[in-house]
Amino acid sequence: MRFTFDGKAIPAEPGQSIGAALIAAGHRSWRRTRIDAAPRGIFCGIGICHDCLVTVDGAANRRACLVEAAEDMRVTTQEGAGRAELEC
Amino acid sequence: MPNSSAERNEYDVAVIGAGPAGLAAAAAAADTGVSVALVDSGPRPGGQYWRHRTGDDGTHHHDWAEFTRLRARIREVDHLAEHAVWHIEPGFTVHATGRDPVRARRLVLAPGAHDRQLPFPGWTLPGVYTAGGVQALLKGHGVLAGKRIVVAGTGPFLLAVAAGLLDAGAGVAGVFEAGTPAGFARHPLAVAGALGKLGEGAGYLRVVGRRYRTRTMVIAAHGTGELSGVTVAKVDANWQVVPGTERDVACDALAVGYGFTPQLELPLQLGCATRLDADGSLVATADDRQMSTVEGVFLAGEVCGVGGSALAVTEGLIAGRHAAGVSAGSRLLRRRRAQRRFAGALHQAFPLRRGWLDRVGADTVVCRCEEVRHRAVTAAVDDLGATDPRTVKLLARPGMGLCQGRVCGFATACVVADRLGRTLIEADLRGLAARPVAQPVTLGELAG
Ligand code: FES
Repeated sequence: MRFTFDGKAIPAEPGQSIGAALIAAGHRSWRRTRIDAAPRGIFCGIGICHDCLVTVDGAANRRACLVEAAEDMRVTTQEGAGRAELEC
Repeated sequence: MPNSSAERNEYDVAVIGAGPAGLAAAAAAADTGVSVALVDSGPRPGGQYWRHRTGDDGTHHHDWAEFTRLRARIREVDHLAEHAVWHIEPGFTVHATGRDPVRARRLVLAPGAHDRQLPFPGWTLPGVYTAGGVQALLKGHGVLAGKRIVVAGTGPFLLAVAAGLLDAGAGVAGVFEAGTPAGFARHPLAVAGALGKLGEGAGYLRVVGRRYRTRTMVIAAHGTGELSGVTVAKVDANWQVVPGTERDVACDALAVGYGFTPQLELPLQLGCATRLDADGSLVATADDRQMSTVEGVFLAGEVCGVGGSALAVTEGLIAGRHAAGVSAGSRLLRRRRAQRRFAGALHQAFPLRRGWLDRVGADTVVCRCEEVRHRAVTAAVDDLGATDPRTVKLLARPGMGLCQGRVCGFATACVVADRLGRTLIEADLRGLAARPVAQPVTLGELAG
């Protein structure tokens, strides 16, 4: 299975989260913070910290550590916390 | 298979959380014949402890037989998976994401815990993970967090994480335990027993072997943009650095944790009384039946005291029976007493010491979400006159971000109490743990 991350194909196994697949593919960070523009990726890995936020198929603020990767999903980086309402 | 698409919305008992405690509670309640809903945010039962992927045969899990036994016992339970509980009204109405509210006469809260973090220079670098996060990547997703991993912090969980990584073929550059379990233990036999029991078979300690260093802490993480190494140092009994012992260890991942923080938002929403436990955690008070101070609200697992999965299962079995209106047998009560004694010995063996506070520089980020630095937290006390963490939160914004203080709440409370020249008290943690909405929800769900 493959999804795209900022246009690049990333392989994923069934049941793997987007974040886990990104780490397996060698990406450790994919977001910049709102104030310091500091890079962030996964920290807690279990949905607590919100460091791992990405935009998935146009929906901002999805937690990469929780959302399971799916075929042809379009994942993009996001700056800051995003302005869209929070999604689970 | 548990029913996951139940149309029904009224139950005798609703259990929140499907980890060891919640599974046991649901099983015990269902065994008595009452109707039970098990509400959990995860796609599969097991919680953090038995986190697994579909098709996982349990080879790398501990107590997997216990898990499969409990899973078999919840056949009559409506397992409402992938619904995160964000609010509970008295009475009880359980609001969870993505479905209609669930009504229940009795509740068992088993929300579990997450890693407790102490900030240090560089801890926001990508490549620094919580110990539980590294384990979740491995157990839940089959991914190693790095090629050369350092495990650090305090507590027996570090050994479990390191042994799991080694078992999976990871490169582990070192396991750094800040305490000296044997030296501190008032119950050395209990701790030896603990490590032995936690060891299961090969024994974590034997697996981890010479990589395990006690009285050693990661005092800084380094890297340009991402983690490339850490500085470790020997520390004294108060966790102060022994000068001249600093050395750099190259790594691409750090798994760090200093014990656990129970998830208290649901008991706090319901008005349950809390207390400060021996490990410094805010926990909800439970009586002999595992009932909180609110009639009909039962508690099981870390929420009423961090004690590991075996104790969580026992508490769950007791809570489940009482929630169903049936009392628990004396064997269960005896088992709980022994397991609590054991948990208490572990808390004594792996205490937090105040030395870590001296290494949080003015520039060190305390709150990761709002990027609040230590200097802003101390200024709220020194210049603005705050006398408690809750006021500091309002003035300087630590804990105001997306995680709602779950990650920084404990550390912020410690920094503030220390700045005020006193020890941590229950009210410090309570002031930062109250969250009217326990989970991120959409505005639509709030509007209901
Ligand atoms: S890594 Fe913490 S929420 Fe995803």
